[in-house]
Amino acid sequence: MTWRSATVVGLRDETATARTIALAVRDWPSHIAGQHVDVRLTAPDGYSAVRSYSIASAPNSDGRIEITVERLANGEVSPYLTKELLVGDDLELRGPIGGWFVWRRDQTEPIQLVAGGSGIVPLMAMIRSRASVGSTAPFRLLYSVREPGAVLYGDELRALSDQDHSVIVTYAYTRATPKDSSRPPGRIDAMLIATGTWPSNLNPTSYVCGPTSFVEHANDLLIAAGHGRENIRTERFGATGERK
Amino acid sequence: MAIISRGFAGRRSTADAKLPPGQYLTTDFPVLSAGPTPHIPLDRWEFTIDDGSNLLKRWNWKSFRELPTETITVDIHCVTRWSKFGTSWEGVSLDVLLADVKTDLSYTMFRSYGDYTTNLPLKDVVNKQAWIAFKFNGADLEPEHGGPARLLVPHLYFWKSAKWVRGLTLMPHDKPGFWEGLGYHIYGDPWLEQRYSDQ
Repeated sequence: MTWRSATVVGLRDETATARTIALAVRDWPSHIAGQHVDVRLTAPDGYSAVRSYSIASAPNSDGRIEITVERLANGEVSPYLTKELLVGDDLELRGPIGGWFVWRRDQTEPIQLVAGGSGIVPLMAMIRSRASVGSTAPFRLLYSVREPGAVLYGDELRALSDQDHSVIVTYAYTRATPKDSSRPPGRIDAMLIATGTWPSNLNPTSYVCGPTSFVEHANDLLIAAGHGRENIRTERFGATGERK
Repeated sequence: MAIISRGFAGRRSTADAKLPPGQYLTTDFPVLSAGPTPHIPLDRWEFTIDDGSNLLKRWNWKSFRELPTETITVDIHCVTRWSKFGTSWEGVSLDVLLADVKTDLSYTMFRSYGDYTTNLPLKDVVNKQAWIAFKFNGADLEPEHGGPARLLVPHLYFWKSAKWVRGLTLMPHDKPGFWEGLGYHIYGDPWLEQRYSDQ
């Protein structure tokens, strides 16, 4: 797998700490929703650092991808990507990587997406991929997030669920809720799984992405609700994503 | 020719000298799994060795725990780029488990609860290179880290150290396990940075 040069063609702040970076990648072979890329930064003295980031954008043939990077306070790479990088800068990238945590356009079964925090990013690629190919696979998203201001892609998710009622979005706020919320802040629980996800008798494929503790907790709830463990795919991050 | 990132300094430490290329040091113990964590009761746990047609060896938890154990302190390297130095384990050496298995087969497929598999050359799991570990830092291995027992084969990327291991199958030829069939390297040497299958 070769390193390719990529040019920053767009920057968009999603929240106070997360930024989407649009990249034009030379000879990009396209990707499958859910895959990630390795990004390499090199200092003037030759020192380099590599991190993996999920692709946020739908597969396409125009050689463009987007990644969304959450700035970690003590990160080595994410502060550079979210604060220093400018449109027109070049960086190196390789991929796409990963053949397991992916949604393919020929999948027709119901899909349950469960996101914890910035675990939404690869799941958003799946939602965007579904929309871009005109798939009618029924999608639901349960999105656990700290507070309303930390929601990624909120306007786009609202527009997609308004236009296309087979993408159903349920938010679970863990620290602070919007004013009109009927549920107090708290982590996801059995009640939310019962009301905010596909019932297990529909045999959905579930994709769960977030910090390890969130993924473990969500998996336990899904299995307790009757979902087969063979139908649950997971992607975990946290300490794996960045240097502490 | 690398592209220089204007204004990127990075962060180095002297510990990096012990790191394989492209790795960074963590003091956490991150988790990487393809699916939910299985919970295996000890009274139903077993470890078996077969050659694809015949069962050669079988232990239950009690007979497995009667085998001689070793304490192992090793550095581990995950393909997702974290490395952790000086991890401490207790386990049974594969040399013990394979001691009276006579075979001319050269490859193994390790099998796990939850249907995960990973392939390894037999020569990589003998001669004090691999263990079935059941303790980490002196405590029983947590399910999310592979408990009750996991393979520990620290000289390769850590996905080869299969969690929730339940046995191994001896094979005449190498073939890809779970991650190896999904784009990861067939062998996985961190010092050669063998991360992906098509590199």
